[in-house]
Amino acid sequence: MIIDSNKIQKVIDDSPQDKKQLIMILQNIQQEFHYLPKESIGLVSEYLGMPQSTVYSAATFYKSFSLVPRGENIIKVCKGTACHIKGADLIIDQLDAGIGIKPGQTTKDMKYTIEVVNCVGACAMAPVMIVNDKYFGEVKCNRATKLAKTG
Amino acid sequence: MKIDSITKLDKWRKEILTKQKTIKTKVLICLGPGCLAGGSDLILKEFQTLLKKKKIKDISVESVKKTGCHGFCARGPLVIIEPLGIFYSKVKKMHVKDIIEKTLQKGEIIEKLLYKDPNTEKIYKEWRKIPFYARQQKIALRNVGQIDPDEITDYIANGGYAALAKILKSMKPDDVIEQVSKSGLRGRGGAGFSTGRKWATCAKAEENPHYVLCNGDEGDPGAFMDRCIMEGDPHTVLEGMIICAYAVGSQEGYIYVREEYPLAVVNLQKAIDDARKYGLLGDNILGTDLCFDLKISKGGGAFVCGESSALMRSVAGEIGEPRAKYVRSVLKGLHDKPTVLNNVETFANIPVIIEKGADWFSAIGTKKSTGTKAFSLAGKIKNTGLIEVPMGIKLKEIIYDIGGGINDNREFKAVQTGGPSGGCLPADKLDLEVDFDTLADNGSMMGSGGMVVMDDRTCMVDVSRYFLNFLVEESCGKCVPCREGLFQLHKLNEKICEGKGTEDDLKLMENLSETIISGSLCGLGQSGPNPFLSTIMYFRDEYEAHVNKQECPGGVCKNLITYRINDDCNGCMACLSVCAAGAIKGKKKEQHIIDEVKCDRCGACFAVCNINAIDII
Ligand SMILES: Cc1cc2nc3c(=O)[nH]c(=O)nc-3n(C[C@H](O)[C@H](O)[C@H](O)COP(=O)(O)O)c2cc1C
Ligand code: SF4
Ligand code: SF4
Ligand code: SF4
Ligand code: FES
Ligand code: FES
Repeated sequence: MIIDSNKIQKVIDDSPQDKKQLIMILQNIQQEFHYLPKESIGLVSEYLGMPQSTVYSAATFYKSFSLVPRGENIIKVCKGTACHIKGADLIIDQLDAGIGIKPGQTTKDMKYTIEVVNCVGACAMAPVMIVNDKYFGEVKCNRATKLAKTG
Repeated sequence: MKIDSITKLDKWRKEILTKQKTIKTKVLICLGPGCLAGGSDLILKEFQTLLKKKKIKDISVESVKKTGCHGFCARGPLVIIEPLGIFYSKVKKMHVKDIIEKTLQKGEIIEKLLYKDPNTEKIYKEWRKIPFYARQQKIALRNVGQIDPDEITDYIANGGYAALAKILKSMKPDDVIEQVSKSGLRGRGGAGFSTGRKWATCAKAEENPHYVLCNGDEGDPGAFMDRCIMEGDPHTVLEGMIICAYAVGSQEGYIYVREEYPLAVVNLQKAIDDARKYGLLGDNILGTDLCFDLKISKGGGAFVCGESSALMRSVAGEIGEPRAKYVRSVLKGLHDKPTVLNNVETFANIPVIIEKGADWFSAIGTKKSTGTKAFSLAGKIKNTGLIEVPMGIKLKEIIYDIGGGINDNREFKAVQTGGPSGGCLPADKLDLEVDFDTLADNGSMMGSGGMVVMDDRTCMVDVSRYFLNFLVEESCGKCVPCREGLFQLHKLNEKICEGKGTEDDLKLMENLSETIISGSLCGLGQSGPNPFLSTIMYFRDEYEAHVNKQECPGGVCKNLITYRINDDCNGCMACLSVCAAGAIKGKKKEQHIIDEVKCDRCGACFAVCNINAIDII
């Protein structure tokens, strides 16, 4: 995937030039591109006048940032306590079998990314799966792949 | 319109109430996380579309209100018709037409949508009478599920911002702190520190400015109370914080919300914008000298950022690594300035304490743990949902009277409280009274209020492994005992799950736990071994079965179990189609068999077999 550095620069320029806003700037970039393109680390470091290592460490410390491109469809499987004891692993296994990727991976055609998340606050309906921001509760494992593909 | 005096606020409230009186029937649609997962947004739309077309006396689109979590998520999506309190559960879009034509138009009750208690077979028409609700007492959650979180007028109609008006009219900052101290309110975020004392320390601190922060990180997996408050009644969080700002002399505050809660961010932002517009936030609040403004700070998905010093660093745009607290964060907090940090639920209690008084509040609950506590009930319990109960209630009342007991009437094994820092309590602790000190004395903790119930099919060794794995991933890595210690503890735990552990490993794990507790910098490491320690304290027999007999009594640990199909099998083929390993053979309507060599123990077949024809041995 090729991302135009000018586009990243534009997102950065629209953000306040304040070291305290580092995380917010990274969040804005991720919002735009669904991940942090490699170039963004250098560009943010120049903009805020801080070492690249500091920007990089923030980008790797917070789990919500991804340094690799993510697919068109983001499938999140909750592995919070309630979902764990109600069979979240079954869903992960079924997705692996049905879509062919494990959590953290993206299909070659860039269509799907599977991510594991820790509790999304819908524990009462565990196990929970989120397909492109739509929540599904009490997911039966044999329906997981279909839900992931059709939303 | 700016509400620039208390008189104007009172007048506005009267106007709102007069206007709301004209809407006789209210249809509340729950858009909390549980009901939303069941498609309640579609139900709301359907009501709006159908009511636009129809003319019914006293009912219009305005009668339909979206709310936050009403509580009984297990029965969601919920539709509630007030003032009669008619409780329709498991509602689907196709039922909406019926509800309009029968109940709203003719006053008929639709029996099949009512709640039937599976234990007593009794059918309930009104939600307040259902045992799940009848035992509760709502303070922090008083508006959640009752009002539209987007409408500041709804909050005001229910007495919102009256506490703020009261302090501005008749109380000095010290009076506010005295009331909060006298109420006995202890922080609802986990540690249970006295809120009044924290405020008093900050108020007295000489350095300036002072900050007020709200902890909406809710990192405890299995807890969703704070989410429901932020989404369902955002103004109460704001009002609590503004009152705090007045008490401690602060002009600037932040609400730290975890990024997994996008709707909480949206609803809080709307509340902040509205409050600002009406002059309840910003300069000269209600026309007085009080100036205080608020911003939202979004977390980046790190559990450790719920810890006070890490949170403050994260708000400042840094990496959320905790610092040593030689100086408490109430004195050196955000940007090294005096800072009050309280949990969402703590702030939600404040307006009520101010309005009804410290004595009223401290009469609820127990002597040392006053008031109520919100819990999220989840796991293998019938009535999962959001509850609020007086402190001192017995665990078994929560689990059986409110929670309705265990799914499929199986046997209760444990209840996990306090998240990754807490522990698991066994059946013989069900008589315990739930308060800060009792839970801590028994090897668990109150925590933020997650309660995950486990049945006889849960493996406690696996539960410990689960939490250790969580903590290994979430440790910030700053100190060795936490980073390396938890890593090794997890490895040993895994070894036991695989049936390869020994008695010596258990001893080593107990030793290592001590080191981690005493050598870690922050609460994450200091309480990290708790899930292991509490499970080995109460369920040692399960650890020993893994170690000595290579057995997993809960039937969970893959290396120690085998799946086998019994004679009940009717050949429905469901298991065969779900088995990714291709380990199941069988023809339609004939008994199936599992090839134990090919089977990788994923458990999918077991989960899909509807007639329990698969045994775990
Ligand atoms: C690792 C760790 C995670 C924490 N996570 C949270 C959290 O998600 N929410 C919260 O309110 N408090 C959390 N706390 C507790 C806070 O540090 C702090 O005590 C609390 O927010 C203070 O507010 P309170 O006095 O109103 O409870 C956490 C503590 C630790 C050590
Ligand atoms: S105890 Fe763990 S989480 Fe806390 S500062 Fe040390 S390494 Fe980080
Ligand atoms: S799902 Fe159960 S009943 Fe159906 S074929 Fe498999 S074992 Fe038999
Ligand atoms: S446990 Fe999993 S792999 Fe084994 S037979 Fe059942 S579905 Fe197949
Ligand atoms: S544990 Fe999965 S939503 Fe909370
Ligand atoms: S989300 Fe609707 S009752 Fe909890």
